[in-house]
Amino acid sequence: MEALKRIESCFVVLPEENIDTDQIIPAQFLTTTSREGLGQHAFHHWRYDENGQPKPDFPFNQAENTHCQVLVAGHNFGCGSSREHAPWALLDMGLKAVISSEIADIFRNNSLKNGLLAIVVPESLHRQLLQASERKIIIDLENQQLTFAGQHHAFEVDGFARHCMLNGLDPLGFLLEQQPAIDAYENTHG
Amino acid sequence: MPKSLFDKVWEAHEVLPQSPDHPGILYIDLHLIHEVTSPQAFTVLRERGLKVRRPDRTLATMDHSTPTLPPDASGQRPYVSEAARRQVEQLQKNCAEFGIELHDYQSPHRGIVHVMAPEMGAVQPGMTVVCGDSHTSTHGAFGALAFGIGTSEVGHVLASQCLLQNKPKSMLVEVKGTPGPGTGAKDIILAIIGQIGIHGGTGHVIEYRGEAISALSMEGRMTLCNMSIEAGARAGMVAPDEKTLAWLKGRPRAPQGADWEAACQRWLALASDPGATFDTVVEVDVEGLKPQITWGTHPGMEGNIDLTLPADDNPDTRKALQYMGEQPGEAMLGRKVDVVFVGSCTNARLSDLREAAAILRGRKIAAHVRMLVVPGSEQVRQQAEAEGLHQIFTEAGAQWREPGCSMCIAMNGDRAGPGELAVSTSNRNFEGRQGQGSRTVLASPATAAASAVRGAIADPREFL
Repeated sequence: MEALKRIESCFVVLPEENIDTDQIIPAQFLTTTSREGLGQHAFHHWRYDENGQPKPDFPFNQAENTHCQVLVAGHNFGCGSSREHAPWALLDMGLKAVISSEIADIFRNNSLKNGLLAIVVPESLHRQLLQASERKIIIDLENQQLTFAGQHHAFEVDGFARHCMLNGLDPLGFLLEQQPAIDAYENTHG
Repeated sequence: MPKSLFDKVWEAHEVLPQSPDHPGILYIDLHLIHEVTSPQAFTVLRERGLKVRRPDRTLATMDHSTPTLPPDASGQRPYVSEAARRQVEQLQKNCAEFGIELHDYQSPHRGIVHVMAPEMGAVQPGMTVVCGDSHTSTHGAFGALAFGIGTSEVGHVLASQCLLQNKPKSMLVEVKGTPGPGTGAKDIILAIIGQIGIHGGTGHVIEYRGEAISALSMEGRMTLCNMSIEAGARAGMVAPDEKTLAWLKGRPRAPQGADWEAACQRWLALASDPGATFDTVVEVDVEGLKPQITWGTHPGMEGNIDLTLPADDNPDTRKALQYMGEQPGEAMLGRKVDVVFVGSCTNARLSDLREAAAILRGRKIAAHVRMLVVPGSEQVRQQAEAEGLHQIFTEAGAQWREPGCSMCIAMNGDRAGPGELAVSTSNRNFEGRQGQGSRTVLASPATAAASAVRGAIADPREFL
């Protein structure tokens, strides 16, 4: 994955609560055997009408949002299935970070493994972000700090995931280095 | 210090404990594979020149993209697209190349991964079980720690038989009371999700306990644990008991002879110690519980079958009511139904089909209703056909299909149309889950069958 240290970008707001992975990438697009090219299908049912035409009121169809690298979403983003196609699709749209007041476990794990920074913020900050008129944000992963409306806010991220993201490392490499410990476990546990 | 079931299983699988530098390394006993979430993981293995570390701990089937209609006269299966066919063929190729046991079309064990693996006795108490599928939580019914993973992690387990995991928090859900007539495991889990909410379990592994849980069959416990993810939990678990042992005995992969006796002792000792503590404790009272249904666009938007739709006083309720074509203050009972689906990893086991058949026996479904009954596995199909259940379904006017996920995820062409209302025994009523623009009401097999007969949402107690 690509190294990620700092993001300075506009952000897109999807205020709906409980946006599930079926909305992020509907199941009809899961027959692919590749990770590539899913961005065009992201939020398909919300983004296109039944004739495949873009819905003008959907934020990702609006010109000022198409180059934003950050999504601020309603509470409990990414609930539902384990499909890693969800973060693949968001990354392929050009997103680098997702912010919410709660992010579902499997989606968050999958995102961090692919270089999509999933950040949980307190409800008060979340509300400010959802209601912001000036949608600009700076996310500094190295210092675990985001800057919004002139204010700095610390955020939490798993230390190992942060290390991998800052250095563009795939966690599989670390796991493979643990082979002696895995061999030892198998020898004692049958 | 007293330990919970979850603590015991977790600790027995720690290859390395969590440290400030890295997450814990957890050993995986059983890795289940299907066609949708595995191809990109095999690509990583090929790119890096890696092998599957333990093909003997890996078990594959195909279920999501597979048609539920039979092959034509020339043997061609009616895939929804070339992409779906290629995805299934890719799984066949990957399993052959990496030496993984695949239950292909000709296997008597093929089926939905969460139905066929327990049937084979592959899932046993105290195991760690993962699959690239969030409903892997199903297998917690056996006292296994079972959870869904992403495709990157599928690659990790294929290559190392391990996962990088920090230990989740623990939650005890104590289920008290005796549910009312016409209800089962599906009604209990919907009520639990309704109470704790669809993110009530986030970050947790749930242990279900209490008289209503002990009273459930193993199939019911699978239904219960299956929907743990719908409460946001990684996993749900039930302590092994005599029912667990009776269900496992004699299954193809279960221990035999002296090994069986030793395994039983080990398994029964897994139950949480008296005094074991949990990060979160929730009590759910199901005394006299009525049949449950969902009304909205996630499983937590649910209530008694005779519910009145809520006021649209917040944006999410308003959006859900609008999507579902509903008005505040109206009843769900009596709403016209277009499609009924009995199937999925939640409710496609033999007991579920019997429950639906008991209502459909000697009755016809309403003329305007399209009903699909999709068995969870080849084993379920064969047993149901041996009992003549398929005839009850077809004589009632329903379609009897081949095993697979079918209309639960609507990947294979089985779907509801825009605006159609489907009563479904599956697990997710998200917008568009069963087809773009389709509307889903989650319910038990009994409620689904009763609604098919009535042609409208119906109370199964009127058919008992």
